[in-house]
Amino acid sequence: MENLGLFFALAGAALSAGLAGCGSAIGVGIAGQAASGVVTQEPNMFSKVLVLQLLPGTQGIYGLLIAFITLTQIGIMGGSPDISLLKGLLYFAACFPMAIGGLLSAIAQGKCSVAAIGLVAKRPDQFGKAMIFPAMVETYAILSLLISILAIFGIQGLAL
Amino acid sequence: MSKVPMKRIFICGMQEDKNSIIDLLQRKGVVEISENTEEDEDCDLKTDDTMADRIESDRKASVCERALEILENNAPDPEAGLFKSLEGAGSIDLKEYEDRALKNDDYYKTAEKLIALDKKIAEAKADIPKCETKIETLRPWLSFDLPLDFEGTKESAAFIGSVPDKKELSEIYEGLVSGLDDNVGVDVSIISSSDDMTCIFVVCLRKDKAQIEEALKNINFSKAQLSKTVPAQEVKNLEAQIAEDNKFIAACVEEIKAFSSERDDLKFLEDYYSARADKYDALGKLRQTRRTFFLEGYIPTRYAGAITELLQKRFDAIVKVEEPSEDEDVPVELKNGVLTDPMETIVESYSLPGNGEIDPSVITAVFYYIFFGLMLADVGYGLLMVAGTGIVLMKCKNIKPGMKKMMKLFFYCGIATIFWGAMFGSFFGDSVTVIATTFFNRPDIKFPVLWFEPINEPMKELVFAFALGIIHIFTGLTIKLYQCIKAKAYKDAVYDVIFWYMFVGGGIIYLLTMPMITGMLSLGFTLSPTVGTISGAVAIAGCIGVVLTGGRESKNWFKRILKGAYSAYGVSSYLSDVLSYSRLLALGLASSVISTVFNKMGSMLGATWYGALLFLAVFLVGHAMNLAINVLGSYVHTNRLQYVEFYGKFYDGGGRAFTPFKENTKYYKVKEDD
Repeated sequence: MENLGLFFALAGAALSAGLAGCGSAIGVGIAGQAASGVVTQEPNMFSKVLVLQLLPGTQGIYGLLIAFITLTQIGIMGGSPDISLLKGLLYFAACFPMAIGGLLSAIAQGKCSVAAIGLVAKRPDQFGKAMIFPAMVETYAILSLLISILAIFGIQGLAL
Repeated sequence: MSKVPMKRIFICGMQEDKNSIIDLLQRKGVVEISENTEEDEDCDLKTDDTMADRIESDRKASVCERALEILENNAPDPEAGLFKSLEGAGSIDLKEYEDRALKNDDYYKTAEKLIALDKKIAEAKADIPKCETKIETLRPWLSFDLPLDFEGTKESAAFIGSVPDKKELSEIYEGLVSGLDDNVGVDVSIISSSDDMTCIFVVCLRKDKAQIEEALKNINFSKAQLSKTVPAQEVKNLEAQIAEDNKFIAACVEEIKAFSSERDDLKFLEDYYSARADKYDALGKLRQTRRTFFLEGYIPTRYAGAITELLQKRFDAIVKVEEPSEDEDVPVELKNGVLTDPMETIVESYSLPGNGEIDPSVITAVFYYIFFGLMLADVGYGLLMVAGTGIVLMKCKNIKPGMKKMMKLFFYCGIATIFWGAMFGSFFGDSVTVIATTFFNRPDIKFPVLWFEPINEPMKELVFAFALGIIHIFTGLTIKLYQCIKAKAYKDAVYDVIFWYMFVGGGIIYLLTMPMITGMLSLGFTLSPTVGTISGAVAIAGCIGVVLTGGRESKNWFKRILKGAYSAYGVSSYLSDVLSYSRLLALGLASSVISTVFNKMGSMLGATWYGALLFLAVFLVGHAMNLAINVLGSYVHTNRLQYVEFYGKFYDGGGRAFTPFKENTKYYKVKEDD
């Protein structure tokens, strides 16, 4: 049980990649349904609605990013995976903003993308603005990402 | 560099020159014709109703379009390709245009022929499944040698049909005989049977027909579909018909293919009619008397002289050009230099500058390229973007204008990406290190880092991103200042810009004097307390200024202060604006970390031949995907920073686009000699 720290760190990485990935999958999924609906009527709108559909996909990438940095730091991807229980728990906590923020913001962004796709279907000339609304939601995923990154890099320097 | 200066233009000409003048203006494509909104009852000037002609031209244009589509489906254009699809309209001499326009009727007949052929094909194609269904229903009867509409002879009656489910002969007899009188004779033979039905042939005496019919109903007998010939023969006939249909379709397709040499003519005709539709639209806007017509609109100043001269030289026309008045809704066209004109698409998709606003393209461009480059920041990706867009720009000389701007946008963004990639030492992520370590055992080889690696010092890039953000936001405020001064609204300049400068700027400097903040951002310096006192005072002065003036439209002092306090609370939006620039770090890290992940995955099998193969495959697929997603992300988020954080400070937009009367054609543009 002396390696429980490693377990928690890994669990944090797994949650960050998994939950943020789920959120993105849901978001891109519902946006994809709306996009398919538009393309049945207007096949030449494909590229525009595709862009809008992909917007909630970034949270999954951020989650992966956090998971990857964590895995590198705790030495699972080559190196000596030996960290204390406290440090492991700290990593777990550090991954949390990205896991939860990614999950929920991606779903919200997906809904917003659905609305934006509807907007573009009716007013194709308003594409620039339609793109901005889902991007507003993304800000909060970015803030989560920021805190997770800063925390992970901060833990690295701690002598625990 | 700015908005194109516009002039109002009035043209008055003779009725007999009307068509020539309109044609000339359409070819020149520099005049926007204004709609006649004021209906003047006392005035003799009337407008023609050209709606019917316009609709007719539109219809003919769409007939041509449909004909071209049919041609393309059956005989694809051998010259078509990716590059071709980006091309805009080619040019054609006026002389050639007029020669070809004479043959319009022939071309139109071709289009109609193509459409008729397509209709025939569609009919034949619809006939085939009908025959196939008939064959399918006849299949159980193939061994039967009577026509299916056979009803019996003089003395006998026959029933041909099926009962549900697979049944034995005895079962059928049982079912039939139970309801019959004893002296009624009936003969049943099974023709074929399958799991869901049994086909039977029933014969009885004609006098018993009614009774047998009743009995058959009880066992759910249903009559077979009628055919006048023997089933086997009927199937043969149907198959022959299908073959004939197919042959007919092939013949029609051949006939369509024979028209492929006339593709250009159809393109010409489609353009001709769509230009005509626009022309009728313009004619409908003219005010006319019996002998003259009158046109008004807008023209960019740089063309005004030439057009005036040309019209007066060729026709008996009066042309007057004048400066539009201050409050007029003048249409907007943007004109920018080589580096900045891709920004026009960005500005246009937000909103064109309204009355009294400057064209923000130039200042947008500076930050746009920096931000985009920071978010993607990879030498390899940048090179790919530059190469991809460069090839398209080189190959397609005649590219559509909007597409050209997009290509140029990504070309320059690619250069910025290379620059920041070099600063942060990223070439397809850490591919250089990974390849050197895995395959050549030389971990010492690294891609040079000109500045620092964000993955090792994220705090440093974060501070850099915030600093850029503050510069960006303050630039926005400066433009607002400039606009206020230009509009001679000096009070607004002080209240809305200078006070905010003091408030936010003083606040930021004050923060930098606090060791806690500088330590957190690891800046390595802390400003002295004296600076802190001064900047604090400036910030407070700014804050008081905002509170006192933020609600200045209210007369009531109490209300005014409350509103001012509320607007001072807007400082929190500056905080969130600055924080928003952390996306520069987040997206930059995302693209570099994901490429690192792919490099790592690829190198898992080590320095063997299959390891190299795996690396190559993962490298190609992974980086292609990463590039696509991150280019999209960088594009969206750079736009967002411009639209929300930057334009929010000074830019409202609301301008109306300049839409000159011109040839909106797809394939040909007529060259006009002066």
